[in-house]
Amino acid sequence: MKQLLIPAVLALLLAACGSTPESPDSGGGAPVESRGAPGSVTTVTTGGVESRGLPAVLTDPKSILSKRSVYFDFDSYEVKAEYKDLVTAHAKFLNDNRQFKMLIQGNTDERGSREYNLALGQKRADAIKRMLALLGVREDQIESVSLGEEKPKDEGHNETAWAQNRRGDMLYSGEF
Amino acid sequence: MLPLVSSLRRLNVLVFSILALLQATANAQLTIEITGAGGNRIPVAIADFGGEASAGRVVTSVIRGDLERSGLFRMIDTGGVALSEASAPAFDEWRSRGADALAAGSIGESADGRKEARFRLYDVNKASALAGSAFVTSKPMLRAAGHRIADIIYEKLTGEPGIFSTRIAYVVKVSSTRYELHIADADGQNEQVALISKEPIISPSWSPDGTRLAYVSFENKKPVVYVHSLASGKRIVVANFKGSNSAPAWSPDGRKLAVVLSKDGGSQIFTVNADGSGVQRLTSSPAINTEPAFSPDGQSVYFTSDQGGSPQIYRIAAGGGEAQRVSFEGSYNVTPRLSPDGKSMAFISRREGSFRLSVMDLANKQVQVLTDSHKDESPTFAPNGRMILIATEQGGRGVLSAVSIDGRIKQRLSVSAGDVREPAWGPFNK
Repeated sequence: MKQLLIPAVLALLLAACGSTPESPDSGGGAPVESRGAPGSVTTVTTGGVESRGLPAVLTDPKSILSKRSVYFDFDSYEVKAEYKDLVTAHAKFLNDNRQFKMLIQGNTDERGSREYNLALGQKRADAIKRMLALLGVREDQIESVSLGEEKPKDEGHNETAWAQNRRGDMLYSGEF
Repeated sequence: MLPLVSSLRRLNVLVFSILALLQATANAQLTIEITGAGGNRIPVAIADFGGEASAGRVVTSVIRGDLERSGLFRMIDTGGVALSEASAPAFDEWRSRGADALAAGSIGESADGRKEARFRLYDVNKASALAGSAFVTSKPMLRAAGHRIADIIYEKLTGEPGIFSTRIAYVVKVSSTRYELHIADADGQNEQVALISKEPIISPSWSPDGTRLAYVSFENKKPVVYVHSLASGKRIVVANFKGSNSAPAWSPDGRKLAVVLSKDGGSQIFTVNADGSGVQRLTSSPAINTEPAFSPDGQSVYFTSDQGGSPQIYRIAAGGGEAQRVSFEGSYNVTPRLSPDGKSMAFISRREGSFRLSVMDLANKQVQVLTDSHKDESPTFAPNGRMILIATEQGGRGVLSAVSIDGRIKQRLSVSAGDVREPAWGPFNK
């Protein structure tokens, strides 16, 4: 039996490491090329996005406008008939309030490649955006983006969770 | 977790772990575990270095760990004998212990108080020196000196450059409101945090010179592509157009990035200069086109597209033109990544409902599935092309795993807290 305990000593600080390749003595082996030490890394913390208050009509649970999510079937990128009233209500609000802007975030379930899922989420957001545009909402009021599988509403790993995550969310400026 | 003691000869499976001794930085320490090793491993003896004993132990343990983890070497018991580069080895005795190669060295103090690591590598059977070198270093850099010595030994004995001095980047999801972009040495040690965000970070990609990372950050509630200089922490926005901006991939000369933008509708591949100027559209099919990756010669861009109905890998000339389909087997082939020699392509293939790391020989289109895991993603080649690092899942947690290109050697890297994902293996440290 052979023990393979590797005592790990962490470099707390990465000082610059000068490298002077040379032969240990005159008859020594080949010198090795000088290579720079791994540089130190500066930690950056991102800023957040501040939320603002919204008019009650957009947040009152009794108002249809407080509902913001459109759910999609597996492998589907079409807005289902049951969401027509919801999207139409938001289109009307945007048409009546041209100063408001909307960010539509498309989402997918967790299966598959992150970047490919980002593209699939984009298709869902685009479908909602297209519908709003057909209902008269101006192009400069709406932006469709994708969060792919990165922001699951339900973090589970089953069909119930996946169905929650195949979704498009409509957010108003102030909420994003 | 205690380091495991195992018999190499009997099990041919080697498992060990590296633990931080320092509690302060142990929160996200990587543990490395090897399962499976190559068949014909080179027997090497790394003698305990002479000179300063504690410093020598750091260096020799790094060298042994690096070589062992590569799966290409078998460590010969040295019996705890200290051997410096200046002493003459008893070759007969090393031969009888079964060593083909022997390394000896010492750690001394240079006149200005810095450390000096010297070593020599011998061919035991020929009783001759293969390599020797000295590095002026410092106490915090002893591990780096060990990695360099391991790189030299690896190269002398395998004929290929070693990757022990390279760095890896990966994303840790600490919680649903804390994401961190980490940089660590290839052995998972010396972890540093480059970015902390409340929102997800995906698709890190090293600039060819190893000084910058491009990535996608969701900190503005939408995907935006940044280029981040690691030493200074300076970040520039490379693509923040209306819609989604994602999947950055550097051109081999470091001048451009291929990115995916939805600004013109759908997801299309564009190229953009590294400072964000000069946006040009590359793909034009109405389908999804994403996950671009330049070939090492810069002539082509491989990417994922559903233009044939299911996601498959295609190739297009870097200057644009007609796309050619590359993958055919199965209904889900994504995330192409070219080997450094441009001869093979790693990608993720869905097989029996599981997502598995696969490699295609581009000359004959032969595909080999390298894992039997369930949820592999984000393959990234080591700069010498021997190993592929992937994100996969174990016990419901994201872990990183390195797999040799023949699938025989597998290493697992996991942090003690949080999900680890989105690995990117950096270039050779020039």
